[in-house]
Amino acid sequence: MQRQIAIEMRNITKSFGDKKANENVNLQVYAGEVHALLGENGAGKTTLMNMLSGIYTPDEGEIYINGEKVVFHSPADSIKLGIGMIHQHFKLIDVMTAKENVIIGQKTSFFTKGKALSQEIKTLSDKYGLDIDPDKKVYEMSVGEKQTLEIIKVLYRGAKILILDEPTAVLTPQEIQKLFKVINNMKAQGCAIVIITHKLNEVMEISDRVTVLRKGQSVETVITKESSIPSLIESMVGKKMNLAITREKVQKGLPILKLDGVTVKNADGKEMLSNASFDLSRYEILGVAGVANSGQKELCEVIAGLVKADKGRIYFEDENIVGKTPRDIIKLGIRMGFIPEDRLGMGLVGGMDIVHNIVLKDYQNQPGILLRRGPCIEKAKKIVDALDILTPSINTPVKKLSGGNIQKVLLGREIDSAPKVLITAYPVRGLDIGASHKIYDLLNEQKKAGVGVLFVGEDLDVLMELCDRIMVLCHGEITGIVDPEKVTKEDIGLLMTGQKIGEEAAV
Amino acid sequence: MNIRVTKRADMPKKQEYIVRIIAVLLSIVFAGLILLAFGLNPIKIFVTIIKGSIGSKIRLQQTVIRCIPLLITSLGIMVAFKMKFWNIGAEGQITMGALGATWVALHLPETLPAPVMLGAMMLAAVLCGGFWAFIPAIFKAKMGTNETIFTLMMNYIAIKFVTYLQYGPWMDPNAGGFPRIAKFPQNAVLPSLFGANIGWVFGLIFVVLVFFFMNYTKKGYEIAVIGESVETARYAGMNIGRIIIVATFISGGLCGIVGMIQASAIEKTLTSTIAAGYGFTAIIPAWLSRLNAVSNLFICIAFAMLIQGGNYLQVSIGVSSAVASIVQGVILFFVLGSEFFLQYKVSFGNKSGHSKEVA
Repeated sequence: MQRQIAIEMRNITKSFGDKKANENVNLQVYAGEVHALLGENGAGKTTLMNMLSGIYTPDEGEIYINGEKVVFHSPADSIKLGIGMIHQHFKLIDVMTAKENVIIGQKTSFFTKGKALSQEIKTLSDKYGLDIDPDKKVYEMSVGEKQTLEIIKVLYRGAKILILDEPTAVLTPQEIQKLFKVINNMKAQGCAIVIITHKLNEVMEISDRVTVLRKGQSVETVITKESSIPSLIESMVGKKMNLAITREKVQKGLPILKLDGVTVKNADGKEMLSNASFDLSRYEILGVAGVANSGQKELCEVIAGLVKADKGRIYFEDENIVGKTPRDIIKLGIRMGFIPEDRLGMGLVGGMDIVHNIVLKDYQNQPGILLRRGPCIEKAKKIVDALDILTPSINTPVKKLSGGNIQKVLLGREIDSAPKVLITAYPVRGLDIGASHKIYDLLNEQKKAGVGVLFVGEDLDVLMELCDRIMVLCHGEITGIVDPEKVTKEDIGLLMTGQKIGEEAAV
Repeated sequence: MNIRVTKRADMPKKQEYIVRIIAVLLSIVFAGLILLAFGLNPIKIFVTIIKGSIGSKIRLQQTVIRCIPLLITSLGIMVAFKMKFWNIGAEGQITMGALGATWVALHLPETLPAPVMLGAMMLAAVLCGGFWAFIPAIFKAKMGTNETIFTLMMNYIAIKFVTYLQYGPWMDPNAGGFPRIAKFPQNAVLPSLFGANIGWVFGLIFVVLVFFFMNYTKKGYEIAVIGESVETARYAGMNIGRIIIVATFISGGLCGIVGMIQASAIEKTLTSTIAAGYGFTAIIPAWLSRLNAVSNLFICIAFAMLIQGGNYLQVSIGVSSAVASIVQGVILFFVLGSEFFLQYKVSFGNKSGHSKEVA
């Protein structure tokens, strides 16, 4: 059977400075196909798709859409040809309704025809099995609804080729299933769908074919059914890897940190964390699950003393630490490695080198007014060696390192100070498989050494394998603390949306 | 044809210097062309500027005298800028420093030994200049106000306040109704060393001190961390409010010393124009030096040469000193413009999809 080729990218090369982000990449996507683009961070997936959507222009190579050679000068050219990209970070206007967001930037008549538009959106959503209220304001929507709206936006513009950049990163398991149903509907309607991801389970579930990128080059394109997870990893990483995460069995210790009814309000007076009570023991990794912005940040910051608790008490070794300054809390042995979305925003100083970033936690204990770098140079060398940090030297600004190495610097520093409680939030965000596992090993080592580890994560598979207990947050409330051996991913998914599950699984 | 501007990944150090050198050379060529368009001989003008700034002992002394306020003010500005606290209130801090020094000079007895008198004046200048910077700093630290507008406004308050003093309570009764403040007694005038007021020695000492402070002390480190990322500083447990206040006090204090030097050595009194625009001009060398105290010294010398050489143009060959300002402006345009090319890459593409890249 001769199938129509919707996208063909031939020998695409794109460099940024000296760095080749894409080199001779080939990609062929059929109409009516779900094609996964798989690769580690920095493999060049997003660069490739940005060229397809007209954001970048390739240095070399050709792009054919439906058999015709095209050159994009701007995203507008690409949209005209029916290509729509759904970005990881939504590009919606909060105060507008769904339908207003849909027609933004469209050349319509001066007055918007409200009813007709609602009808059009309705027809479109029915066609693909999407579920949306055209008159709902964006700020009232859940993450899943926002994503649906993004999809409708590109479909409304007549897109027949859809690119989804890590669409599942922010969704609950239930929402992911819904999304996959929509993708399958679009596929049945003859759309070509490219899905960028690094979650292998999802690749196996949704895609027809997979193209693997490694270090900017296309390694291979395989039919999903004829492939397997281990073989995909091998072509992604370039070597065989053992992907099992071990949960070290150690005797759980005594509680070291105890939260009692802690409430945190934001500047507008909205409760970001409501009445949180739990305890964290030594020799334990306590996972924290929840969709983005469910209070994870506030939870970490309130323990570290960075935000004020409006109510409640936090006991560290039987001492209430609410009201103490961050510096006092650091002195007690509570360390936090919070990895925000831009990675360097909190915890590291991008323009400074490894030594000066290690100084950050060290200098306050030095006497006098002078800055002593000597001991930190030694520490920097030690951390670079111990964690295999790839860096030209310890004097290279950390922002020039890769994401994985940056995170290793951060965790390395926190661990080096022999903490009693270690709070890590999204420590593997954006890391490749190898680096992620290195981080999991580090956390396990800390646990074995008696540290109480609070691990805020986003990948449920990882949380279930690594953590001794998982606490689930929803809208700032703790909806459950479960034993990962006794529950399923779907159970946790329900908790993430605020539904309670049977008592027997709770611990 | 379309033009695309993309951010550069990184540029080797060597290439960076080449771009800068090209920028300076280009600026000289363009300045020359502009001078030609005015019917002036550019070579002659450039030679005159250089001769006028270092050609004789007196001219060299004049250049040094102009360099002093520029240098110390830009050092002060640098401390605040390192923290990304945009202190453009140096003008006011200089004026307030001069005011403090003047009060001391006119109120302490004339019989006091000069070093004691000058020391007291300098202390008063630091306190007043620092205080003037402290006001916007505390508002920024406690309430998050915008320091750019705040420090700018403080300039006008300081200058108008001195004008008020000059016409009102501090008016010299012996000046025959002329609105001026009394001249300083002899023990309140800074001595000279090698023909220029001793301020240049202070300037050199401050270069070393500021360099040391910024690079080798805890406080300097904290300031740099806050400048890069307030969130990181907060997370490291730094007392951000206090650091902002200390740093801006140092910044304002250094500017205050400039006021003291200018009042004591140059004007020998206080006038509302004591800052003479140095507070604004000094932002440029501070910025061009990339907040490095040592490179700042050399840039300030070059600037002072341009200013002094420009004045000499006027006296020697009757060409307006505005010509030197044009040269100065063109150099700035190119040097600051080169920063853009260091960070971005511009490529010209045509419809066929080929693209050509330039620097």
